[in-house]
Parts: sequence; C-alpha cells; structure tokens
Amino acid sequence: MAGTGSGLEKLPGGILVTTVEKLANWARKGSLWPATFGLACCAIEMMATGAGRYDLARFGMEVFRASPRQADLMIVAGRVSQKMAPVLRTIYDQMPEPKWVISMGVCATSGGMFNNYAIVQGVDQIVPVDMYVPGCPPRPEMLMDGILRLHEKIRAGEPRAKLVLEPATTTQEG
Amino acid sequence: MSDLESAQQEAPERDRPTQSQLVQEAIVRPGEAHDLPAPSAAERVSVNERRAQQVLAIGGGDWAEVSARAHAEGDDDLMVINMGPQHPSTHGVLRLVVTLRGEEVTSLQPVVGYLHTGIEKSIEYRTWVQGVTFVTRMDYLSPIFNETAYCLAVEKLLGIEAPPRAQALRVLMMELNRVSSHLVWLATTGLELGALSIMLYGFREREEILDIVEEVTGLRMNHAWVRPAGVSQDLPDGTEEHVRAFIGDMRDKIDEYETLLTNNPIWLERTRGIGVLSTEQLVGLGITGPMLRAGGIAHDLRKAEPYCGYEQYDFEVPTADTSDVYARYQIRIAEMRESLKIIEQVLDAMPSGPVMLSDPKVGWPAKLALGPDGLGNSPAHVQHIMGESMEALIHHFKMVTEGIKVPEGEVYVTVESPRGELGYHVVSDGSNLPYRVHVRDPSFVNLQTVPVMMNGLLVADVIAALSSTDPVLGGVDR
Amino acid sequence: MSAETTQPPDLIQPVLTGLRERFGDAIREVSGHRGEVTIELDTARLVEVATWLRDDPAAAFTHLSDLSGTDYPKRPDRLCVDYHLYSREHNVRLRLKVRVTVEDPHVPTVTGVWPTANWHEREVYDFFGVRFDGHPNLVRILMPEDWKGHPQRKDYPLGGVDVDYIDAHVPPPDTRRYKGGWTST
Repeated sequence: MAGTGSGLEKLPGGILVTTVEKLANWARKGSLWPATFGLACCAIEMMATGAGRYDLARFGMEVFRASPRQADLMIVAGRVSQKMAPVLRTIYDQMPEPKWVISMGVCATSGGMFNNYAIVQGVDQIVPVDMYVPGCPPRPEMLMDGILRLHEKIRAGEPRAKLVLEPATTTQEG
Repeated sequence: MSDLESAQQEAPERDRPTQSQLVQEAIVRPGEAHDLPAPSAAERVSVNERRAQQVLAIGGGDWAEVSARAHAEGDDDLMVINMGPQHPSTHGVLRLVVTLRGEEVTSLQPVVGYLHTGIEKSIEYRTWVQGVTFVTRMDYLSPIFNETAYCLAVEKLLGIEAPPRAQALRVLMMELNRVSSHLVWLATTGLELGALSIMLYGFREREEILDIVEEVTGLRMNHAWVRPAGVSQDLPDGTEEHVRAFIGDMRDKIDEYETLLTNNPIWLERTRGIGVLSTEQLVGLGITGPMLRAGGIAHDLRKAEPYCGYEQYDFEVPTADTSDVYARYQIRIAEMRESLKIIEQVLDAMPSGPVMLSDPKVGWPAKLALGPDGLGNSPAHVQHIMGESMEALIHHFKMVTEGIKVPEGEVYVTVESPRGELGYHVVSDGSNLPYRVHVRDPSFVNLQTVPVMMNGLLVADVIAALSSTDPVLGGVDR
Repeated sequence: MSAETTQPPDLIQPVLTGLRERFGDAIREVSGHRGEVTIELDTARLVEVATWLRDDPAAAFTHLSDLSGTDYPKRPDRLCVDYHLYSREHNVRLRLKVRVTVEDPHVPTVTGVWPTANWHEREVYDFFGVRFDGHPNLVRILMPEDWKGHPQRKDYPLGGVDVDYIDAHVPPPDTRRYKGGWTST
C-alpha cells in the first residue's frame, strides 16, 4: 500500500493540496443546497428565510432540494418525535458526503419546551450536528447567522461533527 | 485480493477474513453510516440509534399490509408508493401510502403521528397560564386562534369574561392571523401546483402581517399573547395606522393574486373538479371551515355561536357549491377580503379600557412597560410590590408561581379557525393545574377526507386535493 | 357570548324530553355546567341513543364535533369518553359521556353513526386504551405502532429528562415544586 496518497504530501509545503482544498471548501460553502426537513413551526420561519424579504438565494441556497441525494445541508427545523426519528436518520444517510446538519430551533437542539415522552431531546442523539441555532422559532436573521457561521466553518475546512453516542437513556422500554 | 486468496489456499485454518467477509463488512446497510461504531459497541447505542437501525427499509405494518393487499388481488398493475413523511408537498410530516394503477390512485392511506409532541399531556403539568404557551404551538399557522380558544375555555370555567377592549383586540389579531394563514395556504398550494411566484408573493404579504403582529405581541409566531382574563399587552402607539395602511395595501394585493390565478387556464385545469366531496360525506366526516362552505353549507361559528363580540361586526360568509379545489380557493380568497372588512370595523369600534381583568384572583399581576432597556416589568409596579404593599407582593408571587385556581367542571369551547372548528374540551378538578385539555383540531378531522377524495385521481391531483384540505400537521399530531 | 350560558336551556329541552321517553333506562345522569348539558349513558346503549340523536328531527345532531377521552384514576370506572355533538339545524350542542374500567375498556364504535369518529376513536385507543368494538381499523394513530402503554393515562409518566445548565439543574416537569393539584404518583 506504499505510494498511494503519500506522494502528494511530499510536495514542498503541500501548496497544491491546500489551494485545491481551499477552493473546494469555498465552492462547497458558496452553493450549499439545503434538504427540506421542515417539521413544525421552525419550518415556516425557514420558508420565510427563503422567501423574498430574508432572501437565502443571495447565499446560493434558495433551492431547497426535495431529494436528499442532491442536498448538502440538512436543516432540521422543528420538533422531532419518536416516530420521526428513524426517518430523520434515513434522510441523513441518504445524503451524499460531504454533508452538514444545522439544528434549527430549541426543539431540534435539545427538545425545547417539550421535555416529555414524545420528543427526542435533541437531534444530536441521532445525527451529528454542526451548528445549533436557538430560538422558538428563531427569527430568519438568526437562522441566516447560523448558516453564515456554518459557511465560515466550511470555508475554514473545520472537521465535521461526530455523533456522540450515550448509553440508552429513555423512558420507553423496548 | 489475490494476496488473500493465495494466503487462504496456503493456510486455510488460519483465522483470516475471507473475501466475502470483507465485502460484507464494506457494505453500508440502511441505517448504518461510516461514523457509527462497529456492532461490538452496540451496548453503547442509545434506543434512538437502535430505532434508526430498524428503519424504514420495511416501512412499518401499514406498508406491509397495504402492499399485501395490493398484491393479493393478483393485479400486477398495482404499485404501492410511499409519499413522505419527508416530502416537499405534503404540508408537513404527513405520510401517504398510495396504491397506484399506472398514474391513477386506487387507494390512499394517510399515516400521521410524525409530529406528535405530547402537548395535551404536557399541559397537565403546567399552570393554566403556562398552558397558553403550549397550545399556541399546536396549529402553528394560526397561533392566536389556539390561544383564544383555550383562554375562552378557561374563562368559561372561571365564569368570567375578558374586558371589551381585550375582546376587540383578540378579534383584530385573529382576523390578521386568518389572513396570514390563508396567505401561507395560497403560497404553498401555488408552489406545489407550479405557480412559484405566488409562493414569494404570499410570503411577502405575510411578512407585512408579521411586522404588525410583532409590534403588538413581541413575536412573529407562537405569541403567548392572549391570556385567560384578557390579553397581556395593549396596542403600542402607531399600530392602528400601520394596520390601516396594511389593509389598503392588502386589498390591492388580493386583486393581484386573483388576476394571476382565478381565470388562469392552468390553474383552472388543475383545480376544477378535483377532490369533490358530497354533502353527506362532508357532514358525516365532520368537516368544518372552508371545505364545508365550499360544499354549499353556510356554517361559520363566528355567525352561529359568536364569541369575542363577533356579533357586532358585519361580514359575510362566502360559500360555493362545486366543492372542489377551485371552490375552496375561491372561498379562502373571499374570506381574506371579509377578514379585512372585519379588521377595519374593529379598528373603528375599538373600545377603550383595560386589556386584562384586574380581579386579583384571575388577572395577570405583572404590569409591563417600555423602559430604557426594552419591554419589561414596569418600574411603578415593581415599586408597588417591593416597597408599598406586602399583600401585593405575596399576591404577585402566588399568581406567578402557583397561578389561577379554576373551579371544577368541564367545558367545550369552539372558535372558527382558518381551517374549521377548533374546539377545546377543558376539564378542571379545581386546582391550579389543568386536569385535561383535549383539542379538537380541524386539520385532524379534515385529513380524514383524504382517502375519500382520492379515488380515481391522478398522482398530480393528489397534491392539489391534499393541499385544499389545508392540513397543518402540528394540529393533527399535537 | 356570555360566559354563563351558550344557548338557552329551552332549545335542548325537547331533546332531553325525547331521550327520557325513549331511553330513560339508558341515561345514568344528566348534568349541566356553564350552559352545557352532559348526559351520561349506559355504554351498551350508546349506538342506539346516538342513532336516534342523529336522525330524530327534533334533535338532528348530525355533527360529531369531538370525541375525547379522560382518565379519572380516583374513580373505579376510570376511563371516560366524551362525545360532543352539534346540531346545525337547531344550533345546539350536547355532550354524551360513557365510562368504562381499565379491566374491561370496551365501548361500541359510533363510526356507523358518524364516520368522523374513525380517527378520533383511534386516538382515544392510542392514548387511553379504550377498545372500540366494531371499529374498522383500531390501530394506533399518533404514537409509533409498536409503542407500549397508553400515554395520556394519569399513571403513565410524562417522561422528561433532567436538564443541566452550567450552574443549575432543572428536573423534569412532572416533579415541579408548585404542584397544587393532581400528582403523578
């Protein structure tokens, strides 16, 4: 297995690789297509963010792809119920690499005001989340702030979030 | 791989992974991804992960049963398709299991529950006033209606009535909410039927309404503004002019939408004759709201059982008789116009006075005022409870922590929400916590028409018919 | 709307008279509160009474507005199902109530009388465990199909988690301090 990959690293300073990476990152953040995953009230604010006044098209993101296979970013907008959790994971798995997740609103971030049997207490139990946007619902400006910070993370080439798994802690047995 | 095979042939009893084992391990199965741990760490996987791994490869009992039924008939033309719950056109997390023969629907089964939040149970652990913050998030496109109906139910149990100015303010906000809800309906229906500009126009107008609402309640959505015994805050200065300017503007915009859609041949083709429901079906299925009125039955709770002073306002109840998607569109446009009429009348006849009952057992004690750092507790009120009256302090403390005590009993109160009859069945056991709050959400009931409407429709019409029921899954699933 | 009465009692009188004449033995209790009339019925006679209420011209309760369940654990017949009827013709409302025990939670279905009851009954089954005999498809509607337990019963826990902030710890909502009413244990 010697020779594959390590040849490029031997270039002086790795200039070629870094420049290509920077270019790739810039392209990725410049046209980050979201997958529609609007669940509840936050979905309406997400739609408002994509609409005329708080235009997401200026960031290259007005095309909310219906098919996750064509999307880079999953904005989980709304409360995730126990029944919806497997669906969320399936959609996440169907997205091709590289992919990012924004958890929009407090319900997606931590279960929000619904601390009960029905709601998953934070989607980071199911998918790795790169940006948390609080609010109930977050104003379109807040969502855009979260998106732009994510753009900065992508441009800087920061590593993506890893799923943090915890021992089973639910109230529902079986 | 040839190294491996030769290695195997050399020493078959040595423990090396076979080619098939390596291939097996390389396949990513549904529910797995490369950032999940290997199965040996399975004991650290949470229940949510386990559920994710069970996954929709099978799709649940309903899928198995529907496809078994489709294939049992031996009809090879039948195809079972799953739409949703993640779908751009199902108005939320609704799942439709559709059996198709070619392009025509033979049967359709909706599956709901993907947004179930346990709101009704959560309210039982909060005080009566805190319940407002929960109900407002059920039907998230018409939060003021949820709040008002809940507060009307609590007030009915208490045997009190909100002051006239509070009632007028409630009507004002409800009608603004009705317009914004119908705008979202128009926007999303237009988007799904291909009229993409309507989406942007609808949301543009909705932003105007949200500006007004934000001025009055402080939030764009999920306001928690209507409280039992009144509303929490009065209109700030300048709101009336803002609303009047908006009404004039909105009338022109509705004309614009009608110009774009009402006689548009594509719109007519896609909406006329689709999703027809007969009167027996409408009444039997308990349908209310624009769907019922599109079937010719002029039933509007604002006229039949007036609340919040609706009897003093002059407005019409539009009806149509073709009971198809086009009729429902016409009804909603007409309702938007009627709502603007009502808003004007409310502004003209706005009574003065308090917006919250000052009864110490019931009215919210905290007075809010605009200070140097924004809206907060009014300094005069703080001075009163901290400096002047111990009794007021105790009272404030008890009201805010413990809340109001509502006498025992049960009531069922309804309001006319943009989707139909929104009913609250509230049971109290005499304590400061609600005993049971059940919400009769109109979307939940209206969705039952979906299997009935769909027979013989083409797939594209399924979208049109579904969106004409105007489902908001937050209300359906609660 | 005055908070005391929704409709004058005399609009509901002919209905009550008719009911007492025909089904006097099926009626367990008639009560009124804040202008609303509630009739508690014998569970076995429910469909008969419902059909009469829908078809008789003096009653004409063609709309079933709501079908809701409540759990009263302090009573032996814990589970209570309420039917909120509305007559568009006479503009009156009526509530029917049936009570069953957890051990024998069977109520006949009214989907034959008002088809809208279909999903409502599924919801009451899902959350309270009331079995509606004769229902065409009595499966869970809002909870996942394989869920165990009936969440809105009073002995089912709310199921919250502890929330830890930097310097605060918030227990789940069903353990709050200022509970003045029913407790979960």
